[in-house]
Amino acid sequence: MEEKIKNSEKTTYETFTQEEYMEMKRDLLKPLEKIGLWGKVWIGFLVTVCLLGVYAYYIQETKSKYVTVSLRDYTMWGVYISNFVFFVALSLIGVLMSAVLKLTNFEWYRPLSRIAEVIAVGAIMLAGVSIVAAMGRPERLWHLVVYGRIQSPIVWDIIVILTYVTTSLILLFIPMIPSMATLKNHLTGKPKWQMKMYELLSFGWEGTEAQWKSLKRSIKILTIMVIPLGVAIHTVTAWLFATTLRAEWDSTNFGAYFVSGAFLLGVAGMVVAIFVIRKAYNLEKYLTEMHFDKLGMALVMMSFIYIYFNINEYLVPAYKMSGLHANHLLNLFVGDEALFYWMVVLFGMVIPATLPLIPKLRKPLPLTVIAVGVVIAAWFKRYLIVIPGLAHPYLPIQDVPESWRHYTPSLIEMTIVAATFAATLLIVTLFSRFFPIISVWEVAEGKLEGKDEIINYK
Amino acid sequence: MKNEKEDSNRRNFLKLGLLAGTATLTGLGVKNTLFANAKEETGEKVKVLTVDGKVVEVDSSLVAHPSEEKLSQFNVREGIPGKKFIMVIDLARCANARKCVEGCQSMHGMLPPIEYIKVKKMQDSELAAPYWFPQTCYQCDNPPCTKVCPVDATFKRSDGIVGIDSDRCIGCKFCMAACPYSARTFNFGRPEQQAFSEEHAHDADKCCTTKSSQEGTVSKCDFCPESSSKGILPSCVTECPNGTIFFGDELEDAVTNGEETFRLSELLTKRAGYRQFEELGTKPRVYYLPPVERNFPFEDATEVFNQQE
Repeated sequence: MEEKIKNSEKTTYETFTQEEYMEMKRDLLKPLEKIGLWGKVWIGFLVTVCLLGVYAYYIQETKSKYVTVSLRDYTMWGVYISNFVFFVALSLIGVLMSAVLKLTNFEWYRPLSRIAEVIAVGAIMLAGVSIVAAMGRPERLWHLVVYGRIQSPIVWDIIVILTYVTTSLILLFIPMIPSMATLKNHLTGKPKWQMKMYELLSFGWEGTEAQWKSLKRSIKILTIMVIPLGVAIHTVTAWLFATTLRAEWDSTNFGAYFVSGAFLLGVAGMVVAIFVIRKAYNLEKYLTEMHFDKLGMALVMMSFIYIYFNINEYLVPAYKMSGLHANHLLNLFVGDEALFYWMVVLFGMVIPATLPLIPKLRKPLPLTVIAVGVVIAAWFKRYLIVIPGLAHPYLPIQDVPESWRHYTPSLIEMTIVAATFAATLLIVTLFSRFFPIISVWEVAEGKLEGKDEIINYK
Repeated sequence: MKNEKEDSNRRNFLKLGLLAGTATLTGLGVKNTLFANAKEETGEKVKVLTVDGKVVEVDSSLVAHPSEEKLSQFNVREGIPGKKFIMVIDLARCANARKCVEGCQSMHGMLPPIEYIKVKKMQDSELAAPYWFPQTCYQCDNPPCTKVCPVDATFKRSDGIVGIDSDRCIGCKFCMAACPYSARTFNFGRPEQQAFSEEHAHDADKCCTTKSSQEGTVSKCDFCPESSSKGILPSCVTECPNGTIFFGDELEDAVTNGEETFRLSELLTKRAGYRQFEELGTKPRVYYLPPVERNFPFEDATEVFNQQE
């Protein structure tokens, strides 16, 4: 029996005898072979936007911030902070779409997990960039190390985010070790340095039983670790707001509210990501309609959870309409931000909670359209959480210049925000050009183990 | 047993009397030489005012007040020893003359629209009478701003002041988000302000810890500690033509607006002093006296001061 398992493991993963596996490998390594015209245009576009962002940042830091950014004393946190919250939320995609599904034995996670983890790593890095862009004195970042004090929620956030980045990177990398060996052995026509890189990163992987055992073990430990860490990063990010005395953030609901919003964003982000990836790399056989169907259902569930927390967050204080909350809440419901607010409710909650209930709308295209709406609404949702309340402090704002009352992000700010998006997409794109974006062995393993959901691909 | 209790009661009474006596004298800026023999001479001279109004120099060991030499070794992070600064704002006296705002701006080298002290029109409800509300940093005893600072760039000092170390501030603005009174201001590097600051960088006779307010850092009202340590009142206090703002030392139990001096405890009791948003638990060091029996009728301001970007 023991002997048999040993042999089967060997045949499963290392000897490429099975036709199906060979075909799979061909399909999944294809994106690495050649970058077509549109691929180049896309990368060129992303690089351009990133460079524009770098230039905008250069202007911001060399010129007066009073001129380059629209922030003023009352609205002192702007799109950089709301963008930071958005990216932290997006990075929870790795927790949900990889770790949670894996641990709960939803076999359809297999082709999704690496996509989710790359997005998670990219997003959390750009969250860090957003924060640095928001700092008045970025060159003093090292003060956090030298003078850091544990009672500040910022220090908590830095600690959990750094832990999460590290864990996510390792969790992304370890399942890639067998893929590196595959690349090393089967990829041709690549420059020497690239092959050398694969060889180095494969760490002498031979696919022995002991190697598989320790690989699976470490993946399991990391997968379990990454869940509380993911919940922690977003909860602590919520605490950056909830630990202040401001009425609009003074909520015990905030941590859970943020995490549930992040899970909704995670599902929507995944839908958009696999739609693009399957079209761009012809991976319809792996990212199937079944995935959209399941993600559509997940979208409904996550929307309802998020709606639940939104009711707690807005309607309960609105019922009381205490003087402290009234000016902020009325501003959202019927005031300056009302159109914004209700659009976010519609596209970010109501539509994803209802439309995907219709099976036809869980097909790739309609679901992706819904998901794009959710992602955009999610970005504006963070904007609405962070910014409008700042213009409604306890003591009235009086006798200030017009720009102090109303915040509209400047061109410089929006360029930097656009660049953070471009950079995340660039990270995912470049990753998919150097490494298989779908884990060959994980998909193969699922198929060979006869896991129903994988078999039902066809 | 009974005797002992009586004895201790009498002793307490005597102590109390002694304390009260000392406090009264200190309140007037006088410190007598009751305990002269108790300490060794330090050789440092301190100026004091005698009961008959003469300024004399005495050895610093004779008084609790630190010598000027000590005060000149002023450290931003440490409070002035033996002080607990406190402010009382009499809303019945404020007529929105805005002299406090201007005095503060010139003292700190700030151009409008930056105001460390603001005067706001407040009306608590429709039927309630409107009043002018001068607002500084409240130097809270439970400051929400210092709690959240990741690098200890803003801190509570022993003399009650919430200070800022502009050399350390990283500009995350978390303290501004945390302050429920919007008392803090950020130096965004407004060109006019930068030019002005540069021009006046070496002016003597200006206060304070935030004199060096740097671009990309937070600053705010700091009770002008460098002046206060020398016994000079903050400029918002001296500039006010109506004597609205009182400043003093909680330990001396006295506050003054430069012309009138009150016993702090008495003033707060008689005039029902209160602190803004007591329910937030921030424990401000600025008390307000309600706008009753006003010195002036309320006149709405028609002029705007800070419309220029």
